[in-house]
Amino acid sequence: MILNDLIAIKEKEIAGRKKIILRCCLAAGCMSSDSKGVKEQLDKAVADAGLQNEVEVRGVGCMKLCCEGPLVAVEPENALYVKVTADNAPLIIGALKGSKAAIPQADPNSAFFAKQLSIVLANSGIVDPERIESYIAMDGYQALHEVLHEMTPKDVVETMVKCGLRGRGGAGFPTGLKWGTVAKSPGAKKYVVCNADEGDPGAFMDRSVLESDPHSVLEGMAIAAYAVGADQGFIYVRAEYPLAIARLQIAIKQAKTMSLLGSGIFESPFNFNVDLRIGAGAFVCGEETALMMSVEGKRGTPRPRPPFPAESGLFGCPTLLNNVETFANVPAIYRKGAEWFAGIGTEKSKGTKVFALAGKIKNTGLIEVPMGTPLRTIVEEMGGGAPDGGTIKAVQTGGPSGGCIPSQHLDTPVDYESLGKLGSIMGSGGMIVMDQTTNMVEIARFFMEFCMDESCGKCIPCRAGTVQMHHILDKIVNRKATARDLAKLEELCDMVRNTSLCGLGQTAPNPTMSTLRFFRNEYEALLQSDPHGAQANGTANKTELGTK
Amino acid sequence: MKIRLATVWLGGCAGCHMSFLDLDEFLIDLADAVDLVYSPVVDVKDYPENVDLCLIEGAVCNEDNLEILHKIRARTKVLVSFGDCAVTGNVAGLRNVIPVNKLLQRIYVDGADANGCIPHDGLPQLSKLARPAQDFVKIDVCLPGCPPQNKVIAGFLNNLLEGRKPETNQKIKFG
Amino acid sequence: MAAKTLTIDGKQISAEEGATVLQAATEAGIPIPTLCHLEGVYDMGACRLCIVEITGIPKLLPACTTKVAEGMEIKTNSERLRKYRRMILELLFAERNHVCAVCVSNGHCELQTLAYSQGMEHVRYDYTFPKWNLDTTHRLFGMDHNRCVLCNRCVRVCWHIEGAGTKNVSGRGAKSRIITDLNMPWGDADSCTECGKCVMSCPTGALFNKGSTVGEMERDRDKLEFIVNAREKKQWIAD
Repeated sequence: MILNDLIAIKEKEIAGRKKIILRCCLAAGCMSSDSKGVKEQLDKAVADAGLQNEVEVRGVGCMKLCCEGPLVAVEPENALYVKVTADNAPLIIGALKGSKAAIPQADPNSAFFAKQLSIVLANSGIVDPERIESYIAMDGYQALHEVLHEMTPKDVVETMVKCGLRGRGGAGFPTGLKWGTVAKSPGAKKYVVCNADEGDPGAFMDRSVLESDPHSVLEGMAIAAYAVGADQGFIYVRAEYPLAIARLQIAIKQAKTMSLLGSGIFESPFNFNVDLRIGAGAFVCGEETALMMSVEGKRGTPRPRPPFPAESGLFGCPTLLNNVETFANVPAIYRKGAEWFAGIGTEKSKGTKVFALAGKIKNTGLIEVPMGTPLRTIVEEMGGGAPDGGTIKAVQTGGPSGGCIPSQHLDTPVDYESLGKLGSIMGSGGMIVMDQTTNMVEIARFFMEFCMDESCGKCIPCRAGTVQMHHILDKIVNRKATARDLAKLEELCDMVRNTSLCGLGQTAPNPTMSTLRFFRNEYEALLQSDPHGAQANGTANKTELGTK
Repeated sequence: MKIRLATVWLGGCAGCHMSFLDLDEFLIDLADAVDLVYSPVVDVKDYPENVDLCLIEGAVCNEDNLEILHKIRARTKVLVSFGDCAVTGNVAGLRNVIPVNKLLQRIYVDGADANGCIPHDGLPQLSKLARPAQDFVKIDVCLPGCPPQNKVIAGFLNNLLEGRKPETNQKIKFG
Repeated sequence: MAAKTLTIDGKQISAEEGATVLQAATEAGIPIPTLCHLEGVYDMGACRLCIVEITGIPKLLPACTTKVAEGMEIKTNSERLRKYRRMILELLFAERNHVCAVCVSNGHCELQTLAYSQGMEHVRYDYTFPKWNLDTTHRLFGMDHNRCVLCNRCVRVCWHIEGAGTKNVSGRGAKSRIITDLNMPWGDADSCTECGKCVMSCPTGALFNKGSTVGEMERDRDKLEFIVNAREKKQWIAD
C-alpha cells in the first residue's frame, strides 16, 4: 500500500456511489429498536421497486438524535426520518419517487444539529463502520501516511503539543505532554493502549465512536505509536459492548489486510499491531494502572503512581494510555493542522467535546460542541429543556467522579477549568439532566452506591469509607440521621478524597460534596433532631468536674 | 460537696465491675471522695438526678438497656463507656450476625434438656443488634479494655478526685 | 549509588538513592505507622496509614512506595495526618468483626497496637457486623475472615517468598476476601505447601495455627525478612 493505492481506493469508492443514499443507523441505540429490521426491509423495498442501481442503503453509525431512533437519513435531499419501523420501508422508498411519506421527520437545521461541530463524530452516521473503503473515502489513513513519510516522531509530538488537545477520559491531561514523555522514556519496547472501558452511568460516547467509526481510533493509535516509538497497541474494551468489539475486530482485520496495520505500514519501516482486550465488567479497570494490570491478565487493581505508565506501564515498559475520544481526534489534527484545531474552543481547552445527553431532557443523544459552549446552550437550546413543562434543576457531569451543577450556573462554559471550579469535572462526557422532581440526596446516594459496589477493595479509605458514606446517606434519605451524622459524612468525604489510592476513591465523594455545596438545604430538611445527644451535650462538659 | 458517682451494668458480664472492685485500697480513698449514688453494688432502685459521673458497663442489648441509658444521659453530666462492650459491642455483639429469633430458638429450645421454650413473661425484648452506647447517646469518655485494667480505672478516677479533667492518663487498649 | 539529602519532620537526613521514604524514616528513627507493609515482600501502598505530606506535592503519598528525592521536605505526623490515620483505623474496626477480647491474636495484634498508638479509643461509625465465616479445613491452620484487614501480606508471601501461589483475593470492595486456590476450602487446596509463611505474616488474628486460643497466637515476622535476606543477599543474620 502506497499513497496512490489509497487514493485509488478513495476514488473508486466515490465513483461507485449511487445517486441516492439511504443511511440507516446501525449503532446499538437504534439496533435496540430493530433498526436492523428496518435496514433489511429498506433493502427489500429498493429491490422490489427495481431501484438497485440508483439507491444505496448504507448501514451507518450513530446519527446522534438517539431518543428518536431508529433514524434513517436520505441523501442528497437531507431528510431525516425518525422512529422508523420496518413497515415504513416501502413508504420511504415511495417518497423517493415523489409520493408523500407520512413518517415523522426531524429538522436537520434545528439547534440540536446546527450547534454541533463534528471532529470526532465527523464520520459517525456517514461511513459504513464495517467497510474500510468507506473510511478511506473520507480521507481516512491519509494522515497516517503523511505522518510516516513527512514527519519525524519528534515533529508528530510537537504538533500534538501545539494543537493543545487534552485527554478526553476526564482528567484533561495535555496529550502532547504525555506523548512527549513516553517518547522520551528509554526502552526498546513500548506500548500504546486505548482505554475503551467507558463505565460512567449514562455515558455512551466512546461506544458510539467505536461502533460508528472504528478506523479513526485505529489511525489515531497508529499515529501515536509512531510518535512514541511503540509497535504494539491494545484496545481495552468492556465486554458489555459486543457490537463495538465486533466492529473493532472487523476494522483491525481489514486494516491488516490492506497493510495499514502490521509490518512496514505504507512501505515505511514502521510496524504496528493492535489487539483487543476485553474487560470483564469492573469499573475500576477504567483507571489506567488497573487497566494495565487487567491487560496483563492480573486482578484489576490500581497501584500507586509514580511510577507513571509513561515510564513504567504495561509489562514494565513505557506505555501511552489515551481514551477513545482522544485517539479519534488525532487523524483530523494531522490532516488539518495544529493551528486549525487550536483555533477551536477556549484558551485552555481546545477542540470539541462529545457529550452523551441523557436524563430529564427532550432531546437525548450524542452531541459534539466546541469547548466553551455554555451549558445553557447545550441543555436548553440543543437539548430542548426539560420535557412535560418541567424545569431543569441541575446538570450532572463526570459521572460518579463528577458533580451536579445547579441551574443558576447554567451559563458556565463547558471547559476543564470552569467545571472544576464548580466542584464537578469534565469527565468523559456523560451529561445527565435533572428536573425539579429530582431528590439530590438520592442522587448522591446513587453515585455513592455505585462507587461502593465498584471499589476494588485494595485501599481502606475507598473500600470501607464508601460503605460508611453510603450508610450515612441512606440514613439521611430515610430521615434517620442527625446533624452529627452529616458532620461525619463531610469529614469522611474529605478523608476519602485525600487518602484513597486511585482516582475512583479520590473522586468518589464528589457527587456528595457538590450536592452538599449547592443543595445543602435538601440534606438538612431530612435531618432528625437529636434530642438525646443534644440534650446530653448541653449539660455534659468534660471540664465541668475539673476545678484545676 | 462530694462527687456523685454512679456505675451501671447493661449487657455485659460484670467483668468491668470486677476490675473496678479490684482497685484495692484505692477504693478507700474513693469512698471518702465520692457518693456512690447508683450501682449494682448499692441498693438503690431508681437512677437519681444530678449525677456527676456514670460508668456504663456493657452493650445496649434490649429495650430496658436503652430506656435506662436515655435516663442516665438526661440525669448525668459525664458519661463514660466503661469497657469494650460499652465502647464497641464486643462480646455482646458477637450475636449480631445471627437473627434474634434463631438465636433464642437455638439456646432456649434446641439447647434445652427439657421443656424448651423461649422465655418472655416480664422480660425485656432483645434488640436486633447489641450495640455500643455511643450509637444512642453522647458519650464523653471511653475506657476500652476487656476489662479495663484496674490501673487505667484508677488513673482515670484519680484525675477526677484531684480536680483534673476526667480523662485517661494510661495507655489503653481494646481486649 | 548516590545519596540523597532530605528533611523529615524537620530533621535533615540522608538516604540511598532508590530508598523509599519509609526506609529513610525508619533508618533515621522516625516512626511511621504501617499495616500492609511487611519486610521481605514488595509494597503495595494499600492501607494508606503511612501517608505523608511532601512539600510541593498536593497529594498525600504513601511512604512505603514513594522514593526519596534530593531536597524533599516531608511531614509524617501533622494533625491532619494523625486525624486521617485514626479515621482509617476506625473504618477498619467498623468494617469486620474485630473482637479483641476473644481473638487469638489479642495482645500480639498489629491492628490492636495501631489503635492504641494512634489514640483511637472508640469508633464513631456504625459497626457493620457482617457475617463472615471461618475456614478450618486445613490440617494445621485456620482462616477467620472476621479478622481480616485485606492487607494482602499472605498473598504476597505465598506468591513471592514461597512461590506456591495458593492465596489470592476474590470479589471486590467490601466483599473482597482472601481465597485459597480456586476458591476451595484451604484443606483441599493442593498448591498449599503447609509452609506457614502466611500465618507468620498475618498482622491480625485472621490466620492462625490451629489449637491456639485467645491471645496465644504469637508470630515471628522477622523470619520472613531473614529468609529473603538469606536468599537474595546471602546474609544469614537473624535478629
